[in-house]
Amino acid sequence: MKRTLLTGNGAAAWGARLARAAYIPAFPITPQTEIIETLSDWIDHGAMPGRLVTLDSEHSMITAAGAAAATGVRVFSATSSQGLLYGMEMLYTVAGWRAPFVLVNVSRGLAAPITLEPDHNDIMAARDCGFLQIHCATCQEVLDAVLIAYRLGESSQVRLPVIVNLDGFYLSFTREPVEIPDPDAAAAFVGDYDAENVRFRASAPTSQAMAVLGGSPYSYFRYETHLAAMQAVQGFEEIAAEFNTLFGRDYPAVEAYRTEDADMAFVMIGCFATKAKAAVDRLREAGWKIGLLRPRLLRPYPAEAIRSLLRGKQGVAVIDQNISMGSGGVLYSELTSALYGRPDMPPVVASFIGGLGGRDISSEEFFEIATILKSAVDSGVTPPPRLLYSEDELKQIEKLQTIAHVERTGGNH
Amino acid sequence: MSEQRFKRLKDIPSTHLFGSGTPACAGCGGLEVIHQLYDILGEKTVFINAAGCMTLLAIYPFTPFRGSWLYTAMASAPAGAQGVRDALDILLEQGRMEKSDDLTTVVLTGDGSAYGMGLSATSGAIERGLDFIYLCYDNEGYGNTGQQYSEATPHGARTSTSTGPRGYPGYKKSIFDIWIAGRPAYAATVIGAEPLDLARKVERATQLKGPKLITALSPCPTGWGFDPQESVEIGELAVKTGIWPLKEYVDGKVVHTKVVRKRLPVEAYLERQTRFAHLFRPSRNEKLLAEIQQRIDSYWKQIETS
Ligand SMILES: Cc1ncc(C[n+]2csc(CCOP(=O)(O)OP(=O)(O)O)c2C)c(N)n1
Ligand code: SF4
Repeated sequence: MKRTLLTGNGAAAWGARLARAAYIPAFPITPQTEIIETLSDWIDHGAMPGRLVTLDSEHSMITAAGAAAATGVRVFSATSSQGLLYGMEMLYTVAGWRAPFVLVNVSRGLAAPITLEPDHNDIMAARDCGFLQIHCATCQEVLDAVLIAYRLGESSQVRLPVIVNLDGFYLSFTREPVEIPDPDAAAAFVGDYDAENVRFRASAPTSQAMAVLGGSPYSYFRYETHLAAMQAVQGFEEIAAEFNTLFGRDYPAVEAYRTEDADMAFVMIGCFATKAKAAVDRLREAGWKIGLLRPRLLRPYPAEAIRSLLRGKQGVAVIDQNISMGSGGVLYSELTSALYGRPDMPPVVASFIGGLGGRDISSEEFFEIATILKSAVDSGVTPPPRLLYSEDELKQIEKLQTIAHVERTGGNH
Repeated sequence: MSEQRFKRLKDIPSTHLFGSGTPACAGCGGLEVIHQLYDILGEKTVFINAAGCMTLLAIYPFTPFRGSWLYTAMASAPAGAQGVRDALDILLEQGRMEKSDDLTTVVLTGDGSAYGMGLSATSGAIERGLDFIYLCYDNEGYGNTGQQYSEATPHGARTSTSTGPRGYPGYKKSIFDIWIAGRPAYAATVIGAEPLDLARKVERATQLKGPKLITALSPCPTGWGFDPQESVEIGELAVKTGIWPLKEYVDGKVVHTKVVRKRLPVEAYLERQTRFAHLFRPSRNEKLLAEIQQRIDSYWKQIETS
């Protein structure tokens, strides 16, 4: 085992290398390019066996990835934002092929307006496609999640592609100390990819992804995929436990931070949860009984684990870094539907939306969220959803709008 | 290049590999081509299909193919072929697959995909030198969705989205020219009505490594409006009128494999299809007919003088 400084992108590339991915279809997009460049460099200089092919788009990239996985080689790929959306048709398609491979998504906001900075609307758009989703908060977790993802996706009860998600810039370009597992130990953990009976061979002709006639076979195959994804909750726990035994790092499907004796909890995914943890520590110092839940696994949704961790709590604040336009935070509605109608569940679940397009969530804001939550718990009234946006920011925008107006009209009103 | 297997019609295989009883329309010119091509390629193939009429050839759990099949989507069949081909190569390199288990990678798409939505994926595959055969059956419209205009629709044809008196106002583009601009290993136009020419070209394609186009004009009784039993005859007329030139691109040169000495007037082809009926009834559209004829004539004039 080797300890070194790696960016989140570097850690993702190491994950692919240690998993011995043999095929890497690629297409550039910020902020994931470093992953592909790193792999390309290793392959070009003989440090890693494998073939990297730059496709003409993410739509083609995902198609090639699924097709190669269906033919029997281990595939790795990476994208972000618009790239994930451009490949969306094929995300649904290759998941339906039950072609397991790992796709790293480096989360970034979506146009319009165009931005390079992160939030989670890209990955939320891929929520229902059949890819499993593992969300990371540290560079170490990124590397380890890639290894776990191969084991999980390729396991015979699951056989589905997996997205490993990390936040653009905050994690993709932050250097952290990362332990690189011993290559032999990592290889032994991941194992060989066995495409079973689905690969294309002259001696064993196969038809994949055929048309179906009527809703009955269609429903059958769709339910099968759903059931396979549901299986992956337990599969993940088992594989993560084995990982822990071998490498000494524990990755439950839902990370619980100081929740045991807590009355209230933040719920977040991604690396901003690290800031929330720091806020929890400070709130605790100030006498608050608060903790944090961070689902690592988002598909399948670890509802049971979340329920058991939240049982008996008085209030929860869900902080979404996405907006489902016309509805609100996606994690919020997922959580409330998991809690609804169950005994002992927190009576107050409050929604906060922030961190969009890389906008920071300050530690004062975590305090404010806790304060709002506390008064909601006391009054028993769930507060309306709240966008984390300050008066100051609004003033800044108004200033920009004034400049834009002056620019457009040449100062003539 | 090795000796050609096909000198006479009798040399063409009489074992028909492709199963019968598919849901394709009676008289489908696309299916006719698949039948012929499959006999020459043999069973060691994997067809990578884009959305279109032929997607319905393989309906769970039945398939008329004896080899393998992968349906992708409308825009990305060549990328699917890239993934399969690369994976097969990797498996061969790693010694995880017998050479005898290797497959010919064949993309199967209609013109809508080939000329339009799938063009970026195709262009990428050509540029990367992918070793595959690309079969485009060109029925000059989006057949599967009811013969709307596609980028392969000929000038003046009625489609379900060009129903006015002038028919489709644009001009059919040349997928052959687009391909050869990318310097592929091979490109050819074929038609089911000329099986010997088709067999020779498919054979040649199998002998070359790299991107290879086989594009087939595919008379479509449903979309073009003619009796299914006339399908072969309509195809012959497309060649005899000079509307569908039979040609190939090999070693950097384009060669016409059939030059009709006395071309029939285009009307002989047009008047047999209801998609061109408005050119003849209620009155003849002399201007449009002359324009269509003139474009064909000038194409051949250029060939004959070069
Ligand atoms: C992204 C997308 N848009 C639209 C369709 C609907 N669609 C299915 S087949 C088809 C027509 C394809 O035309 P062509 O490639 O010419 O093949 P043909 O139907 O003529 O066989 C269309 C538009 C689709 N499957 N995917
Ligand atoms: S619509 Fe035309 S191309 Fe499609 S199956 Fe029918 S005849 Fe063939």
